[in-house]
Amino acid sequence: MKYLYYPGCSLEGTAVEYNISTRALFDALGIELVEIKDWTCCGASAAEAQSELLSIALPARNLAIAESMEESIEDILVPCSACYLNLRRAAEETRKDPELLAKVNKVLEPEGLELKGLKRVRHLLDVLSSDIGAIGLAEHINKTMDRYSVAPYYGCQCLRPYVVFDDPEAPTSMEPLILATGARIQDWHMATKCCGASLMNIKPEIAQEMVASILSGASGADAIVTVCPMCQMNLEGYQNQISRSAHKDLHCAILYLPQFLGLAMGIESRDLSLEMNLSNPSAFL
Amino acid sequence: MPSAEISLTINTQETEEDILGPLQEELSACIQCGTCTASCRNAQLMDFTPRRLWRLVLMGQTEEVFHSKTFALCSACYYCTLRCPRGLPLTDAMNTLKQLGAKKNVAEYRPNARFYGSFLESVRRHGRINEMEFMRRYFILMKNPAIPIKFTPLGIRLLRKGKISIFPDKSKTERPLDQFFQRVEELERQQ
Ligand code: SF4
Ligand code: SF4
Repeated sequence: MKYLYYPGCSLEGTAVEYNISTRALFDALGIELVEIKDWTCCGASAAEAQSELLSIALPARNLAIAESMEESIEDILVPCSACYLNLRRAAEETRKDPELLAKVNKVLEPEGLELKGLKRVRHLLDVLSSDIGAIGLAEHINKTMDRYSVAPYYGCQCLRPYVVFDDPEAPTSMEPLILATGARIQDWHMATKCCGASLMNIKPEIAQEMVASILSGASGADAIVTVCPMCQMNLEGYQNQISRSAHKDLHCAILYLPQFLGLAMGIESRDLSLEMNLSNPSAFL
Repeated sequence: MPSAEISLTINTQETEEDILGPLQEELSACIQCGTCTASCRNAQLMDFTPRRLWRLVLMGQTEEVFHSKTFALCSACYYCTLRCPRGLPLTDAMNTLKQLGAKKNVAEYRPNARFYGSFLESVRRHGRINEMEFMRRYFILMKNPAIPIKFTPLGIRLLRKGKISIFPDKSKTERPLDQFFQRVEELERQQ
């Protein structure tokens, strides 16, 4: 099995451990990831706030490059939820609107690129839960995680607005994967509550309150597991400040899902870059 | 070379009503049920709730709409879009207001517009985001020393972990998109 792979900017910078652990996990599963060559930024949350056409054209550029690559691979795997939504939106909007597609292709043409709509955009969690699944994973598990209680955190943009692989209000797709490792699922109510996203940069006080309520909701869990660099950064990057303003200790290990699954598969914590996390993952070392 | 920041903040010639026209059409089926407000985690922080904002848009209250904090506080969680009984594209509508707020250069929205503008300028120059450069650009535009200080504790930890770097590896980041951005701007002008 092979997937085209779009890491996106965060996975080369602040979320480098998400990139490393995703690659290590798929390597151990015997699945090849073929990186889209010379990919560029998907526009993040900035392009859609500035220009409608730019917000479609930036991700479309990457889709067009992907189409010019291996014909036999139909799916593009995207670990970052913001990148996933942008790429998916570009694919869906240009499919619905031929005029928009023509416009986008005018932007792409001088580079010798053309978008035809040949590839499918898939979130990492979709691939893990639908294509591999708990059964596919179970045969690779060689270290039980039954000491741990884990709170799955889905965030927003892998679930909404495109309803693809899970219930957008009450998602469960992470649970069978976590249970397959022997760990327990923490009972909590914050699994789909927004982390504040880019409000953290623009209105930090407000976003930190949003994160505080998520961290409080996870009390008793050994870790919160995420599938998005923005969620990860917001949940783990400000735990000192947040604990100080809340007058209680809200520190909690935040792990990317591939890091947690990778540990259960016996991959060395070094090869999952656990030392790069900003929260304290020592309970898992 | 015109920067993204400058070229995207030029005031348009459109009249005040025209500017909300397409949005009014898109939202005309709103029945003011309030589901969007009830679904919005940020509603209590907003001056107008989402339901009220859509009402103001439909009534053409341009001033109130653009001076409100509501659209700037949308974190694009897509709950309202998912739940609106009329199936209205509400998160996209919030984005449209962000775009117009930047274009109109609305004072209340300027910090946000500068943040996004700095980000896109870095993408335009390098193809991929260079976090250090983009934050530096944003701090300079904001001319407010309190802002970089707020970011410092996290920034230092990221630097220490090697997650961001002051001198990024050029071979990894250089895929300039200046001409790509120019073509987008040209096509948008033709509209
Ligand atoms: S949920 Fe939809 S119909 Fe109801 S008030 Fe909001 S925009 Fe209008
Ligand atoms: S998308 Fe924006 S307006 Fe809608 S519920 Fe989420 S934060 Fe509120």
